[in-house]
Amino acid sequence: MREPKFLLENVSYIYEDGARALHDISLCIYPHKITAIFGPAGGGKSTLLRLLNRLNDLVPGRHLEGRVLLDGEDIYAPGVDVHALRRRVGMVFATPVPLPMSIRRNLTYGPELAGVRDRARLDELVERSLRAAALWDEVKDRLDEPASALSGGQQQRLCLARTLALEPEVILLDEPTSGLDPISTAKVEASLQELKRRYTIVIVPHSVQQAARVADHAVFMLQGELVEEGPGELLFTRPHDQRTEDYITGRFG
Amino acid sequence: MAGHTRTQRTFSEYLIERLIQTTGILVILFLALIFLFLLREGGATFFEVSLRDLLQTRWYPNEEYFGILPLVLGSLLVTLGAAAISLPLGLLTAVFIAEVAPRWMREVLKPLIEVLAGIPSVVLGFLGMVVVSPLVREYLGAPTGLTALSGSLMLGYMALPTIVSVAEDALDAVPKSYRDAALALGATHWQTIWRMTVPAARSGILTAVMLGVGRAIGETMAVMMVTGNAARMPLTLNSLLMPVRTMTATIAAEMGEVAQGSTHYHVLFAIGLVLFLVTFIINLVAAWAIFRQGRRYGRLLS
Ligand SMILES: Nc1ncnc2c1ncn2[C@@H]1O[C@H](COP(=O)(O)OP(=O)(O)O)[C@@H](O)[C@H]1O
Ligand SMILES: [Mg+2]
Repeated sequence: MREPKFLLENVSYIYEDGARALHDISLCIYPHKITAIFGPAGGGKSTLLRLLNRLNDLVPGRHLEGRVLLDGEDIYAPGVDVHALRRRVGMVFATPVPLPMSIRRNLTYGPELAGVRDRARLDELVERSLRAAALWDEVKDRLDEPASALSGGQQQRLCLARTLALEPEVILLDEPTSGLDPISTAKVEASLQELKRRYTIVIVPHSVQQAARVADHAVFMLQGELVEEGPGELLFTRPHDQRTEDYITGRFG
Repeated sequence: MAGHTRTQRTFSEYLIERLIQTTGILVILFLALIFLFLLREGGATFFEVSLRDLLQTRWYPNEEYFGILPLVLGSLLVTLGAAAISLPLGLLTAVFIAEVAPRWMREVLKPLIEVLAGIPSVVLGFLGMVVVSPLVREYLGAPTGLTALSGSLMLGYMALPTIVSVAEDALDAVPKSYRDAALALGATHWQTIWRMTVPAARSGILTAVMLGVGRAIGETMAVMMVTGNAARMPLTLNSLLMPVRTMTATIAAEMGEVAQGSTHYHVLFAIGLVLFLVTFIINLVAAWAIFRQGRRYGRLLS
C-alpha cells in the first residue's frame, strides 16, 4: 500500500464548552482516492475536516490531543506556516461564499497571496481551474463580472475552482452539494472523479447515497467516534458494525 | 368561571393594544406637528426674502443681510471634517473589537464605548475649549484656537461611539462562513478582515457613518463653544484653521434675541428647515442601506 497522505494518531478534540467532538480517532487518508466521511449530524465530521487544514485555529478554547501528520510531518508542530498549509490543503464548504470581487479575482486571489504575480501564469491558472471544475464554458465570456451574479450551483463550482487554483495537494469538501440541484450535484461529483487522479480528496457527503456513489474509502462516524471504515464497495454492501448497518439502511439519522 | 377569566384577559389585551396604538399615533402626530410648525414659521421667509438674497455670502441680520451660504458651508465643513476624523478611527476600533480583541475585552469595551455616547455635549464642549482649542492654537499655528478644526475634532469624537457600535454590529453579523472562505485560501487574519469581512459588512458600516454624521450635523452646544462662530465663507482648506459658524450655532445663539415674527426670526426657522431636510435625507439613505443589506442576507439564506 502507498504511504498515507494524512495520518491521524489518537486524535481527540474538545471545544470550549467541554463538548468532546472527536474521541480517539486514528485514520489513514490515502492519496488519489476519495475518502468519504459520513454519519449523522453532530458526529464530528466537520470538526475532523477542519483539523486537517487548521481552520479551527481561531476558535477560542479548543483542545486537541493526538497527532495529525501530513506526509509524515506534524501539522500542529510549532513553526508550521499555517497559511502555506492551507494552500496545500484546500477546502470547499457547504454554502458557496464567493469573495466580494470579480470571477477572475476570486480565482487569482489565493495564488496572488502565495506570491504568483505573472499575468500569463495567472490567466492559465484561471482557465485550467475553471475547466477542471466544469465551469469554464459558462463563464469564460464574463470573467470580470462580480462573482455574486452567478447562480448557486455556479458559485459552488467557482469555489471548487478557486481551491484548485491554489494547486493544492489535498481537497477537503464539507457537504459541497447540500445546497445544489441534482444536475449541479452530478457535475460536481463528475469533477471529483476527474480530480482524484491528481489530488487527495476528503469529502463529507450530504447523504448516504452520495457517500455510496463517490467513496473509494468510506468512514462512518457517530458521536465523535470512528465506528467503522473500509473500501466503499464493501462498507455499503456488507458493513460489520450493527450501527453502520442501521444508519445506511435508514433505520436512524 | 373559566369564561370570566378569559374575557378579562382579552379585555386587558385589548387595552394594552389600544394603548400601544394610541402612543404610536401620538408620536407620529407630534412629529408631524413639529414639521408643520417649522414649515409655517420658516416658509414665511420665502415671501420676505428672495431666494437670491438667501443664497448670498453675507450673514449680517442686523443690516438685513440674510445670506445663509456661509452657515451651510460652515456646517458642511465642520461635519465633513468630523467624518474624515471619525470614519477611519471608528472603523479601526470596530474592527479591533469585533475581530481582534479577545472575548473578555470585547465584553468590556462595547458597553464602555456606548457609555461615551451619553456624555452631555456641554461637558465635551467645555473639554474642547480648555484642552483641544489651546492645542490647535499652539501646534497648528492657528491665530485662535476656536476654529472649524476644533469643531470637527469635537464632533468627530462625539460621532465615534455611534460609528463604532453600529459598525461593530455589522462586522459581527458577517457569517462565519465568510471568514472561513478567505482563511481557507491561505489569507492571513488581516487579509481576511480587509478583503472579506469589511467588504461584506460595508452597507452596515455605511449606515454607521450616516448615523454618526447625522448626529454630528445636528449637534449644537459643543460646536458653538469651540468654533468661534464667525460667519465667514470657508472656501479654502485654510478655513479649517479659522473660525466658522454653523447652522445650529446660529439658531441657538440668535433665537433668544430675535423679535418674534420678524424676518430674522423667520429666516432662523428656514435654516432649521434646511437642517431638518439634510438630516432627514441622511437618515433616509441610511435606512435604505439597512434595507438593502437585509435583502442581501435574505437572498443569501434562501
Ligand atoms: N465552534 C464550535 N464550538 C463549540 N462546539 C462546536 C463547534 N463546532 C461544532 N461543535 C460541536 O461539536 C460536535 C461536532 O460537530 P460537527 O463537527 O459540526 O459535526 P458534523 O459535521 O458531523 O455535523 C457537535 O456536538 C457540535 O455541537
Ligand atoms: Mg458538518
